[in-house]
Amino acid sequence: MGFSQSFFAQKFGLTERDLESYLSEALSCGGEYADLYFEYLATSSIGIDEGIVKNASQGVELGVGVRVLVGEKTGYAYSDDLTPDKIRKAARVAARIAQGPSSVVKTGFEEAHKHNLYPMLRSPHEAGLAERVDLVKRADRAARAADARVFQVQATYADNLREVLVATSDGRLSFDRQPMARMGVWVLARQGDGTPQHGHSGGGGRVSLEFFLNEKTPEYFAQEAVRQAIVQLSAVEAPAGEMTVVLGPGWPGILLHEAVGHGLEADFNRKGVSAFSGRVGQQVASPLCTVIDDGTIGSRRGSLNVDDEGTPTRQNVLIENGVLRGYLQDQLAARLMKSASTGSGRRESYQHIPMPRMTNTFMLAGESDPEEIIRSVPRGVYCTSFGGGSVDITSGNFVFSATESYLIEDGKLTRPVRGASLIGNGPEALKYVSMVGNDLKLDEGVGICVKEGQNIPVGVGIPTVKIDRMTVGGTGA
Amino acid sequence: MSELEQMAQNAVARALSLGATGAECTFAEGEEFSAGVRMREVESLKQAGSRGAGIRVLIGRNIGSSRTSDLTPKGIEEMVRSALDLARVTTEDPHGGLPDPEELGSLTTPLELYDEGVGTLETEWKIEQARRAEDVALSADPRIQNSEGAAFESYLGTRAFANSLGFHGSYRTSSCGLSVVPVAKDANGAMERDYWHTTARKASAIESAEEVGRRAAERALRRLNPRKIATQKAPIIFEPRTARSLLGELLDTVNGGAIYRHASFLAGKLGEKVASDALTIIDDATLPGLFGSSPFDDEGAKARRTMVIEKGVLKSYLLNSYSARKLGLKTTGNASRGLSGNAGVGPGNFYIEAGVLTEEAMIAGVRQGLYITELIGATANTVTGDYSSGAAGLWIENGELAYPVAEITIAGNLKQMLMDLSQVGSNLEFRGSVASPTIMIREMTISGR
Repeated sequence: MGFSQSFFAQKFGLTERDLESYLSEALSCGGEYADLYFEYLATSSIGIDEGIVKNASQGVELGVGVRVLVGEKTGYAYSDDLTPDKIRKAARVAARIAQGPSSVVKTGFEEAHKHNLYPMLRSPHEAGLAERVDLVKRADRAARAADARVFQVQATYADNLREVLVATSDGRLSFDRQPMARMGVWVLARQGDGTPQHGHSGGGGRVSLEFFLNEKTPEYFAQEAVRQAIVQLSAVEAPAGEMTVVLGPGWPGILLHEAVGHGLEADFNRKGVSAFSGRVGQQVASPLCTVIDDGTIGSRRGSLNVDDEGTPTRQNVLIENGVLRGYLQDQLAARLMKSASTGSGRRESYQHIPMPRMTNTFMLAGESDPEEIIRSVPRGVYCTSFGGGSVDITSGNFVFSATESYLIEDGKLTRPVRGASLIGNGPEALKYVSMVGNDLKLDEGVGICVKEGQNIPVGVGIPTVKIDRMTVGGTGA
Repeated sequence: MSELEQMAQNAVARALSLGATGAECTFAEGEEFSAGVRMREVESLKQAGSRGAGIRVLIGRNIGSSRTSDLTPKGIEEMVRSALDLARVTTEDPHGGLPDPEELGSLTTPLELYDEGVGTLETEWKIEQARRAEDVALSADPRIQNSEGAAFESYLGTRAFANSLGFHGSYRTSSCGLSVVPVAKDANGAMERDYWHTTARKASAIESAEEVGRRAAERALRRLNPRKIATQKAPIIFEPRTARSLLGELLDTVNGGAIYRHASFLAGKLGEKVASDALTIIDDATLPGLFGSSPFDDEGAKARRTMVIEKGVLKSYLLNSYSARKLGLKTTGNASRGLSGNAGVGPGNFYIEAGVLTEEAMIAGVRQGLYITELIGATANTVTGDYSSGAAGLWIENGELAYPVAEITIAGNLKQMLMDLSQVGSNLEFRGSVASPTIMIREMTISGR
């Protein structure tokens, strides 16, 4: 498909000449580089609560962001009105970051190479509402049928389609249609008059509605949410102190996102404020650890055909056999650090300045049998599900909160324990990885990463991993 | 009447003419500005405005919602039609509807939410504030040689609302703020960062750049060379910034939505003693000049003051009209939403009433304990009350702040923590819609070495 058939050309009559003229305006005060990010986002969500479909919403957001770079400086403006006058006005505002005679925009665009990682979809506004409603009703029924102790169920189905167009002053042009769909189920269960416990499950990715009919069904998510709540009914206090922690496969990969991923984003390292700054080539993890950030995995939540600066995404090795290999770069960091963008420039919307961000971050599988890993632990905890995490990239201290864990006693899983935070230090924690399982799994597709107030979808993954020493923040002995 | 208010009324009228039996509509616009400075140079300038609208329609007791950033007549028509289409696929909700008409209204006392002065600040002046704050922090001590930067941000907004019961209103807001994040480094190269931030609705009410830079530097420096203390139980003092984070978790436990679903440990506890005598929590959207104030909530209910916990006794939940109806109560004017969808529950100014002790006196009374200056990754389970968070702070020994601690967690159960809340400081300041003075909890579990 050529530019003239693309969404913005068709719907708003945008031409390459227009793009050149906006970019010229953006460089009218002498910036070194400018780009335009056009976005049209159609959203839809359906929610069921107490067996009633209480919420059905749709939305449309559109606009364009104009960015101008000069040295380390960024000028940014946006408009939610795509008429030429308003776009030019935004371009002039962004231009003022520079102070000098105007610079020249390369004429003619070259369409960037891009992947083909997700299905071409209809907009959620064009597809059937009844099918969506049916998904949340099925989840509600399945959760209630799964266990008589379940007394509250909420389920949501949300999908969106984002049309983007990026044009740069060095003549790159790219456009993409980015689908996203996600289902979530939340339940409360109670045993007799006891304290209720909740369970939550969800998933999705850059997929169509058919994914939820054929691959991961509403019943699958409902049963998983119920299972988690029921497990918690018999949970005991989590232990407190340093001990061996075994992470189960999949979503616990959030450890990598917090412990190393953020610390390797190039903006922090360019400024020398990350605990990983200046450590490329050093051993920062056990030799068993190879950590990858990969934006090119088909249909994954964190994947993109091109990043939000028009650069094709790729597979980036962050840590190889324990040695720090490189950072995640966006255009600005790459210009300043004299390297190339790693396809990691991402932003929440046209209203936001792009930054280096993760896509899908995971650890490669090792050789250990997961059961053997558990058998090797005299006393510790085994964590299989997490709520979320945070990191202070400067000290390197990170936290992630376990929502489903079990005590390991004499090599056996004994009792489930209640939620607890785990804390560690990024450049140190992975040095204590002593076994890596052969069971790499990616998460179900629910991750949201927040950085400087910008939310973007991401994925994580990890095999079963044994960490000899980590602080578990429970209340028990 | 403002242009946006008129547009909201027109959209409501259009929805009724297309078959809705009720409708409510929000229009909002805003202008944002931010200037970032790093290592004494301008790093970024951002300036832009945007508008948006959202509508929620009822067909009987079926509800649909839609929103758009396309405010052309065609964009608005599509928004209204889309909400109506959606209402046809939802299930009839016996409790669905608009608020009771007698709850609707606009507070008429001056709320001082908008200051002309914020809109007239010169870009150069704003950049200079950020530059000075950072310069003060960078010049404070030789151990501070780096920074994540300083920023000056300002915002002007207008929000308009109308519904089919005849309510309409709009209000303008302004805010501005200054922050800086210095990075301190010890002799071994280990780094610590901290920040200070000032924000106000009035340009004249923010702290000076010197004050912001000085406090940020002081906070970053005192974190250097932290120790990881042993696992133990100890008294915990939360300074206002971290106390506010903890109070934010309590907000979820009095949220009417969590109450009617039995998803809070405070469900069914109205009138019961749930906290120590030292604790009084109020929600008040009528306080002039503050971030949680507004003349009416996001479904048009008049702003008000609600006693939530009085001397340890649970007096009220925070409710919108829906959760109130579910619980057989009256709304507390806490409806909150973006532009569209069913309203959730949000705070006005949700705060812990100040006590009489100074923070110094509270610290002086502790033989061994922890003064918490940062919480990272806090999680609270509102159903069970389980609370756990990463933390950093200063160890208290014999009534004095002795040394920094880091890479620890604190944990407890909110039910017990409320009962164990033994002291409340006199230093209440409003830096957002949730505010707390320094508070002390008699005992929590610290997990460390």
